[in-house]
Amino acid sequence: MARLLSFAVFVAIWWIASLFAGDAKLPPPPAVLAAMIAEARSGNLFFHLGATLARVTLAFTLAMALGAAIGYLMGRVRLADRLGDPWLILLLNLPALVVIVLAYIWAGLTEVAAIAAIAINKLPTAIVTLREGARALDAALDEMATVFALPHWSRFRHVILPQLAPYIAAAARSGLSLVWKIVLVAELLGRPNGVGFEIGVAFQLFDIPLLLAYSLSFAAVVLLIETLLVQPFEARSSRWRPRAA
Amino acid sequence: MRLEVEIASKTFKSAAGELHDVIAGVAFALNAGEVGVLVGPSGCGKSTTLRILAGLDPDFQGRVSRPTGARIGFVFQEPRLLPWRSVEENVRLAAPLADESKLSALFEILELKAHRNHFPGELSLGLARRVALARAFAVEPELLILDEPLASLDTALASRLRDEIAMLVDGRSVITLLVTHDVDDAVRLGDRVILLSPRPARVLADLPIRTPRSARGEVEIAAIKSEITRRIDHCPTK
Repeated sequence: MARLLSFAVFVAIWWIASLFAGDAKLPPPPAVLAAMIAEARSGNLFFHLGATLARVTLAFTLAMALGAAIGYLMGRVRLADRLGDPWLILLLNLPALVVIVLAYIWAGLTEVAAIAAIAINKLPTAIVTLREGARALDAALDEMATVFALPHWSRFRHVILPQLAPYIAAAARSGLSLVWKIVLVAELLGRPNGVGFEIGVAFQLFDIPLLLAYSLSFAAVVLLIETLLVQPFEARSSRWRPRAA
Repeated sequence: MRLEVEIASKTFKSAAGELHDVIAGVAFALNAGEVGVLVGPSGCGKSTTLRILAGLDPDFQGRVSRPTGARIGFVFQEPRLLPWRSVEENVRLAAPLADESKLSALFEILELKAHRNHFPGELSLGLARRVALARAFAVEPELLILDEPLASLDTALASRLRDEIAMLVDGRSVITLLVTHDVDDAVRLGDRVILLSPRPARVLADLPIRTPRSARGEVEIAAIKSEITRRIDHCPTK
């Protein structure tokens, strides 16, 4: 209910703002909706959303898996932390644009280059978060697991993973938003499809309803994934905690 | 089956980099079926001794020989339960081979039946300690280590839990080692009371109690207690 209300307020503000700004700069909601429906009818909307989603899924999975493994290693093994730290700082502070452009130059305007560039942008934040998680692992529970001779798998699943879950959720949450932001830039610069490509086209044609139609569809997909995937995961992994106020 | 402990010395490095002697000579042996009780002032190195003989701390001078591959049941000072697993899962994870009837019996004795599906965060400290006891007994240990399992509980609950521990230990051929600073607990539960000096810990006395636990009368318990108190008071100061 509260969500619906906040959505209604958003639409109302947009409508009022469009009256002041004029159609050329900010078309009112019905115009954008019409553009959205036209794109959906032709199938273009779903094709481009699908292409973007596929890239996001691949890059996100790759970066989370690699980032979690490297972060865990750096949090647990001192030498790994020492060796990896300078690289990590470099990656953390490297602008996304540099990575994307270099990837396209070195690997060509290919799908591999795009996905790798997006993954590399997300990787360092995942590493940093998981490293903190691995450092914060409870030594007392570790001792308990050792004394009771818990097998490796059971120890990982029941002792270590639940402690890392909040960190994984945080990395996924911040990482996903980073991926959403970067994927469009990568598409704009070097892919012939995807939401980023379409927004580039709309920008060149100054077709603002089309631009907003793609941006908002994209935002809707992000919200949907957040509500259907990310939030249930968080709720499940923290169900043992007493409810926070 | 026998546990032999000879810890010549154990030093501990503080965060500030200073070395502290924790143990200066602790040696004793326990046979299967025997309950040994380590009694000593707070901070004298009792918990450190337990950690060493459970194999959690390899950094010491000396020797510990315990039955190879012995299953260990450890009740830590704090319950150390997995907060994200239910009471039952906590016990089952440590003892995957325990069958349902044994677990029910254990939960029955420790009065945990109503709490099987609760998370540790929903339990009082007394209940959480009982879950830790259930976990240690469920593995059917050959070596049972209890680190002040009754500390910070009210007297009535402590004495009930003490009886429960005695009941669980009796009739099992297990080497049990209990740490406490409560002489009463020591005399009521132990077959052998090992008195430790203030830090760094040395063995002051190793007193066997010949009468079986169940046959000890109040008079005898009082006599042993006063003997122990006398020994502690006459401890040679350095």
